[in-house]
Amino acid sequence: MRIELEKRPAHSALFSMLSPFIALGLTIIAGAILFTALGKNPFDALYSFFIEPLTELWSLHELLIKAAPLILIAVGLSVCFRSNNWNIGAEGQFIMGGVVGSIVPIYFHEWNSFVVLPLMLIMGMIGGALYAGIPALLKTRFNTNEILSSLMLVYVAELFLDWLVRGPWRNPEGFNFPESRSFNDSAVLPELFPASGGANLGIVFALIATLLTWFMMRHMLKGFEVSVLGQSARAGRFAGFSSTKMIFFAFLFSGALAGLAGISEVSGAIGRLQPDISPAYGFTAIIVAFLGRLNPLGIFAAGIILALTYLGGEAAQISIGLPDKVARVFQGFLLFFVLACDTLIHYRVRLVTAIKARTEGEGAS
Amino acid sequence: MKKLILALSTAAILSVASGAAQAATKVCFLYVGSKTDGGWTQAHDIGRQELQNHFGDKVETVFLENVPEGPDAERAIERFARSGCELIFTTSFGFMEPTLKVAKKFPDVKFEHATGYKTEENVTSYNSRFYEGRYIQGKIAGMMSKVGVAGYIGSFPIPEVVQGINSFLLGAQSVNPDFAIKVVWVNSWFDAGKEADAAKALIDQGVDIITQHTDSTGPMQVASERGIKAFGQASDMIDAGPETQLTAIVDTWGAYYIKRTQALMDGTWTTQSIWDGLADGILQMAPYTNMPDDVKQAAMDTEAKIVSGELKPFTGPITKQDGTEWLKAGEEADDGTLLGLNFYIKGVDDQLPQ
Repeated sequence: MRIELEKRPAHSALFSMLSPFIALGLTIIAGAILFTALGKNPFDALYSFFIEPLTELWSLHELLIKAAPLILIAVGLSVCFRSNNWNIGAEGQFIMGGVVGSIVPIYFHEWNSFVVLPLMLIMGMIGGALYAGIPALLKTRFNTNEILSSLMLVYVAELFLDWLVRGPWRNPEGFNFPESRSFNDSAVLPELFPASGGANLGIVFALIATLLTWFMMRHMLKGFEVSVLGQSARAGRFAGFSSTKMIFFAFLFSGALAGLAGISEVSGAIGRLQPDISPAYGFTAIIVAFLGRLNPLGIFAAGIILALTYLGGEAAQISIGLPDKVARVFQGFLLFFVLACDTLIHYRVRLVTAIKARTEGEGAS
Repeated sequence: MKKLILALSTAAILSVASGAAQAATKVCFLYVGSKTDGGWTQAHDIGRQELQNHFGDKVETVFLENVPEGPDAERAIERFARSGCELIFTTSFGFMEPTLKVAKKFPDVKFEHATGYKTEENVTSYNSRFYEGRYIQGKIAGMMSKVGVAGYIGSFPIPEVVQGINSFLLGAQSVNPDFAIKVVWVNSWFDAGKEADAAKALIDQGVDIITQHTDSTGPMQVASERGIKAFGQASDMIDAGPETQLTAIVDTWGAYYIKRTQALMDGTWTTQSIWDGLADGILQMAPYTNMPDDVKQAAMDTEAKIVSGELKPFTGPITKQDGTEWLKAGEEADDGTLLGLNFYIKGVDDQLPQ
């Protein structure tokens, strides 16, 4: 006897829409059981996770800071994934965006001008896009598996940044510690409402990217091309679309957005280069992209929710002493249930008994 | 039982809500690693527990663990400051800038940052002279090693680690002037697998004593398997090598945390740049084990001399690796130079990564 997943001929539109909410509900129930088993009051724990971070203005700012890079990267990835290109290396493109964008404030650290910031942002996007171009080139030229090549380039980027901040870009006045000079004021991404908290322009970029991408996918030929080639490369070719061009478009597009996220993070939230500039945003964004069902608007919401669980995890550590590991497990629950719900909407679980399997086998032969 | 827990957790929430109104002083700790890492963070958490036990109900301690350096750290520190923490210890070098940023916004909250170099009106920097312990280890290695070469597993080539390498070698050369060190960098504070591999590589190159400036017990275990001696780091690692550990540098932050919290309660807290050593009890040596009595005696004498201030490890004559003179006979290195130390002394068989 074995268990099989069988594709449903048609899936319910209603349940497709409800799926993220069902998943959220299941997460809350499972989380409550977990917290109770640990001897914590589940209501307090859930309050810390989902409500407490929203009760204060500064905390809302922090939520936007955390969500902005996730959304920017994930929106780019959604186009890539929809076109059936599997860019797993957004983390590396994020880092290279940060590195290339930092060339100006590090080499011209005394240059104070309104040109500096736009230049940094553009260079960041170019850096991320070019770095994403490598797996695209390898795929179109040598038919290399882009999942592997883009993933491995992440480690190259991490080590490159590490080398830079310990070597040539190390702050000459920094006691040999591994970090670059601090950026001057004109190289720092401005805060939106400095009086109430630290949220910076990053979230505005995320919002613009979300809307433009949504518009492109919904109302422009390019969006149609992405979907058609993603669903069937053969059909796309009949329509006159080029898969090779699409591979480049998808990688460059997602790379540019990841690069923008990288330089925004370095310039806005950190203010200098250091060995670690990302707590794995590039990987978390893959989850955000799927949580948002590869729809830019959904991704915006998903980015906020995931950022909320990070902040909530901290709040729960402080206010009720929930261990950090449990907060991570709780995040894992959320992703598990989202994927499970999606799977069960598209597939049906079937038990296949030995006899049945044999008759089916005969039928096929 | 369940009711009790519920009551307690509700009480915890209430105490957070009422914050400053409560009599208990709230002291908060930010950790870069897990509080059970067996090394660096664990040593800080033991300090926190000592603080809690010392003051009992009079203090409330809170901590956040596994906080990445960067924007997450800044948010975590701000959360501490907003949740009524009066004294905040941030225990990793990379927390320095975030600590300063938040400190600017909360002038009434006191901050203490470990192992950095910047201070402010409400930010103290505190550090431990780990290199004093390394000098004693060097002395022991100089007497115990047959080949006259020790293996050193380094984390990152920052001044604190370079101090340790040089100090260890000075201790060893005080016994055997030809003593040398081989260094392997693992580029991590905590990576048991890499550290163990580094230990194997060093032993294969013929060293017969291993010491480490990384936090796992991996090297100690490899040394045990190969039947050579080793030194523990940050915490007493005798359990990982009962027949192997000669001694260990044990970080003992508890007394410092108690002293500073007391100062805050008394209203005498002021900003400082503290760099304490063996004499102040901020670090201690684990028992001297697995060595002959004369070595043990020499180690204890050296420790006593460092504690009394009679012996300062970085006292000339000292020659740099490139053969030029660093310190003249009798000259002592000043703290500024040590805090930015970026060169080896003679006898280190490695190029310092630049």
